[in-house]
Amino acid sequence: MTLRDIAHARTGDKGDICNISLIVFDPRDYPRLAERVTPERVRAHFAGVVQGDITRFELPHLGALNFVMTRALRGGVTRSLALDAHGKSLSSLLLNLEI
Amino acid sequence: MSARPLRIGCGAGYSGDRIEPAVELVERGDLDVIVFECLAERTIALAQQAKARDADAGFDPLLEERMEAILPEARRRRIRIVTNMGAANAPAAADCVRQVAARLGVGGFTIAVVTGDDVRELAGGDGFSRLAETGEAVNIDDIVSANAYLGAEPIAEALRRGADVVITGRVADPSMFLAAIAVHHGWRLDDWTLAGRGTLVGHLLECAGQITGGYFADPGVKDVPGLARLGFPLAEVEADGTAIICKPAGSGGQVTAATCTEQLLYEIHDPSSYLTPDVVADFSRVRITDLGSDRVRVEGADGRPRPDTLKVSVGQSDGWIGEGQISYAGAGAAARGRLAGEIVAERLRLAGVNTLELRTDLIGIDALHGAASPLVEPYEVRLRVAARTKSERDARRVAREVEALFTNGPAGGGGAFTSVRPVLAIRTALVARDRVSCRVDYVRVP
Repeated sequence: MTLRDIAHARTGDKGDICNISLIVFDPRDYPRLAERVTPERVRAHFAGVVQGDITRFELPHLGALNFVMTRALRGGVTRSLALDAHGKSLSSLLLNLEI
Repeated sequence: MSARPLRIGCGAGYSGDRIEPAVELVERGDLDVIVFECLAERTIALAQQAKARDADAGFDPLLEERMEAILPEARRRRIRIVTNMGAANAPAAADCVRQVAARLGVGGFTIAVVTGDDVRELAGGDGFSRLAETGEAVNIDDIVSANAYLGAEPIAEALRRGADVVITGRVADPSMFLAAIAVHHGWRLDDWTLAGRGTLVGHLLECAGQITGGYFADPGVKDVPGLARLGFPLAEVEADGTAIICKPAGSGGQVTAATCTEQLLYEIHDPSSYLTPDVVADFSRVRITDLGSDRVRVEGADGRPRPDTLKVSVGQSDGWIGEGQISYAGAGAAARGRLAGEIVAERLRLAGVNTLELRTDLIGIDALHGAASPLVEPYEVRLRVAARTKSERDARRVAREVEALFTNGPAGGGGAFTSVRPVLAIRTALVARDRVSCRVDYVRVP
C-alpha cells in the first residue's frame, strides 16, 4: 500500500524551498498518517533530492501534514537546470511512499 | 460599509491563463469585483527587460486580449477590476485599457494606477544590500530589476476613491483581494484578525482554477468532471471574513473540501505564520466545511501585526543555459541514452567548454526525481543534457553537441531538440517598509 491509496498531495515552491501538503481522503486515516510519515522517513525517501532540512507541520483538524523542504530545488525555478524546475512533480514522489 | 457579502472572483491565476473562464465569471458570477493575478516571481523581471527595450512595453502581454473579452460586460454590470497586469509598466497598461475602452465604445469610468514597487534605486546602499536567503552582497551591476511586494493599502485607497479598474505592478497576490474585501466591508487594515481572514480568501482564490479542480485530477483516484471547461472561483465574503468558495453553475471542475485544503497549503510553510505586506496570517486553525453542490465554507483564519520589512524580488543576470534532448527506443534504449550523455560530457570536456554546472537526465527514468526514482526499464527514453555557462557561445555549443548525436552518437537517436536561453535568476531581499513609497494616479476614461 502506498500513500496514494489514502491521501492526496500538492507541491508548492518559493525560491529553493519546496512544500508538499499531504491530506487524507478519510479523517480516520490521519492518526496512521501522522504516525508513519515522519520527517525521517520522508528524508530517506527523498534522498538525493532534498539537500537541506525537512520540517513537518501538523493540521489534524484538516487531516493534513505539510512538509517544508529547504535546498530542494537546485537553486529554485528561475535558475535550476532541472526539467521540473518548480519541483511540481515531487508530490507524486511522496505519494509513492510505501506505508 | 455593507452587511451584504462581497462577491469576488479570480479571472486569472497566472499570466498565460485561460480567458474564457473569466468571461464566464463576469457574465454569470454576479460579481462585485474580479481580480486577475498575473505576476509570477520572474514575470516582472522579464517585463523590466521588455520596458528597457521599449518604453511603452513591460506590462502583461494578454492585457489587451483580456480587456477586450471582459471590459464591456464588466462595465455594464459595474464589476470592479483589480489586477497586477501592470507588471513593470502600470501607466502604459492603463493607457492600453483606455485604448481598448475607446475602441469598444466603453466609457465613464476611472482607472487607478499603483506604482512605487520599483526599488532598484535602493539597491546596494542603505536600502537593501544583502540577499535574504544566503546573505550574499547584492551585486548592483547584475541587477535587472528589484521590485518590492506592495500590500493592500494603495489598492484600498484607489477603490475607496471610486476607481473602477485598479492596475498595479508587484503587489502580494492576496493583497488585491484583501483590499477589495476590506473596502466593501469597511474593515480597518490594521485589524489583524480581519486582515488574516481577507488574506486567506485571497490566498485561496489567487491561483484561479487550482481551487476549482484544476491541478487536482488523478484518474481513478481523484476524478474531476469537465476540466476543459474548468470554472474559475469566486468567494462570497461575509463582514466577519467567513467565506464560501464556489464557481459559476454549470462550469466544469469541482469545489470540495479536498480541493480547498490542497490550495490552503499551497506554497505555505508554517501555516501559523504566512507573511504578507499586510499581516502575519495564521491559517493553522482554519476550518473547511463542504456544503455540497460545489460550495465550501472557510473560516477561522487569524492574524498578527504586519512585518516591518517588505520582500523584494531581485532579478539578476546569471549566465546562460544550453540544453539539448534526443530520444531512443526499443531494446537497449536506456543504455544508448546513457552512452549518448557520456559522449556529450566528454565532448564538452575535450572542447574546453566552460560549464558551471552540467546535468544529464534520462526522461522516462530519472529526470524528475533523480536518485530517488525507482528502477524501471521503459520502452523509450529521452536524453536531456542541460548546462549553465557564462557565455551564450558556450551554451550554444552544449546544445549543438546534443544535436550532433544524430550522426555521431549511438544508433537510432531521433527527435533532437535544442534550446539556448539567458538566465534571469530571482533572489529575495528585504527592505524597510518606510523606505518604499507608493503612489496612486487616476486616469479618467470619458
